[in-house]
Amino acid sequence: MSVNFLISQAKNIQIVIDENAAEIEALDQNIGDGDHIFNVQRGLKLVVELENDIKNLPLQKGLNMIAMKVLSGIGGSSGALFGTFFMSMAKTPDLDGNIDFNKACEMVITGINAMKERGKADVGEKTMMDVLIPVSEKLNELKSGNTGMNEGLSEIIKIAEDRMLATKDMLATKGRASFLGERAKGHIDPGARSSQLIIDTICKSLINK
Amino acid sequence: MKKFINNVDDFLKESLNGFGKAHSDIIRVNFEPNFISRKTKTKEGKVSLISGGGSGHEPMHGGFVGHGMLDAACPGFVFSAPTPDQMQAAAENVDSGAGVLFIVKNYSGDIMNFQMGAEMYSGKNDSIITNDDVAVEDSTFTTGRRGVAATVLVEKIVGSLAESGGSIEECKKLGEKVNKNSGTMGVAFTSCTVPAAGKPTFDIGNDEMEFGVGIHGEPGRKREKIQPSKTIVNNMLEAILDDLKPQKNEKTLLFINGMGGTPLTELYLVYDDACEILKSKGIEITRSLVGNYCTSLEMQGASITLLKCDEEILKNWDAPVHTAAMRWGM
Repeated sequence: MSVNFLISQAKNIQIVIDENAAEIEALDQNIGDGDHIFNVQRGLKLVVELENDIKNLPLQKGLNMIAMKVLSGIGGSSGALFGTFFMSMAKTPDLDGNIDFNKACEMVITGINAMKERGKADVGEKTMMDVLIPVSEKLNELKSGNTGMNEGLSEIIKIAEDRMLATKDMLATKGRASFLGERAKGHIDPGARSSQLIIDTICKSLINK
Repeated sequence: MKKFINNVDDFLKESLNGFGKAHSDIIRVNFEPNFISRKTKTKEGKVSLISGGGSGHEPMHGGFVGHGMLDAACPGFVFSAPTPDQMQAAAENVDSGAGVLFIVKNYSGDIMNFQMGAEMYSGKNDSIITNDDVAVEDSTFTTGRRGVAATVLVEKIVGSLAESGGSIEECKKLGEKVNKNSGTMGVAFTSCTVPAAGKPTFDIGNDEMEFGVGIHGEPGRKREKIQPSKTIVNNMLEAILDDLKPQKNEKTLLFINGMGGTPLTELYLVYDDACEILKSKGIEITRSLVGNYCTSLEMQGASITLLKCDEEILKNWDAPVHTAAMRWGM
């Protein structure tokens, strides 16, 4: 993993999110207030625009600059959560050397743990954490196990999709959908959907390599 | 979408520009990071009050910056919580050394961003969370009740105490008392349209209303057929009284708040209905506020807030205030 890797992933994700923007917006209008997709799109645009400023920086510095950009440029829950994600990833020890798959797993796990702490949300609450926490748990398993990387990434794609779909029948207890009670049932959580798309895009790009 | 817009991306900036120019005698607007602060420096020893939230609720919160109310307000994008760097910069700008009390509406995004802002600010600070919306069931396992129109009352009443030299602990205590003693219920007849979305946030039939609506057009308790004002007001008040359980002859402040698209003519009619219903229940209305204070863009609808008042609350409510949106006694 390098700063260039992060930027190229942000570009890939931007394409996929734009393609699915109408669907995510509709999900959010069903159970939220419709701002999620704009926040995600704004965040991706800001990160992509950072390219020239950060492309030659060491990973830790690059991550911190992305974190500050995301934190100050997005707003809403997404800004705080994704900002926390990058800020914590940057705090993973030993980022100076070569970042192999295990180290990358460790970084993502650290980031997701911090998001969980910040949002005080756990699985089963109909939020993006329903996708991210199980993915983080799987990464932890892959990190210490001997599953091949491609196989592991395929499993993660599957987990993210299953968990995203599972938010459909949940009652929300966190975020704006929590105000809906029973009426939130039957709708996939927009944050879970955008997170799943992000994970899917990253994993697929790695498998194809 | 029909709105006064030049370019969607410039919507907030241009609106803040206008606000700054229109009220240059009271406030100044800082850009990047965005915050509105008083024109004059906070006097030494006075606790600074800072609030903020998504834009689209004007005059909340920028309209409440000035003598007797807020020291600064941090506006986010329309309906999106502001970012931590805004709160940090506002705090550094206005704190005179007595510390900062953040007033935060109970929405996940606001809570997280204000928390991060507070962590980033090195000076003394504390927070009050408002959660007056009785439409939402409260529970320790959920986000809980939303902070809505009573936030205006908290900002006015705590603002007065801070102005007269109250400590950060005393201000927090009074703010929590006002929040605990108030209940709000909202109803919407139409949706609002977020500029970036370009279309209404929710669909609602010509003969329908959303009972218990939030201030971002997020749904409430139920969708119902529209009814005569007396019936709607009665149902709203019942939800509030169930929650607040005021004593007979208890003094209250009755606040009828417009959501942005309902004329004052109707808001006063609602006030009349509410007075009659409360009178029949033996509840005394000793103070009133009617107008558009905590809006949801152009949404048609209104919320009713009832605040149980003791002497301390009344005294601070009556104290002079001079902001863009609220002014009396000076």
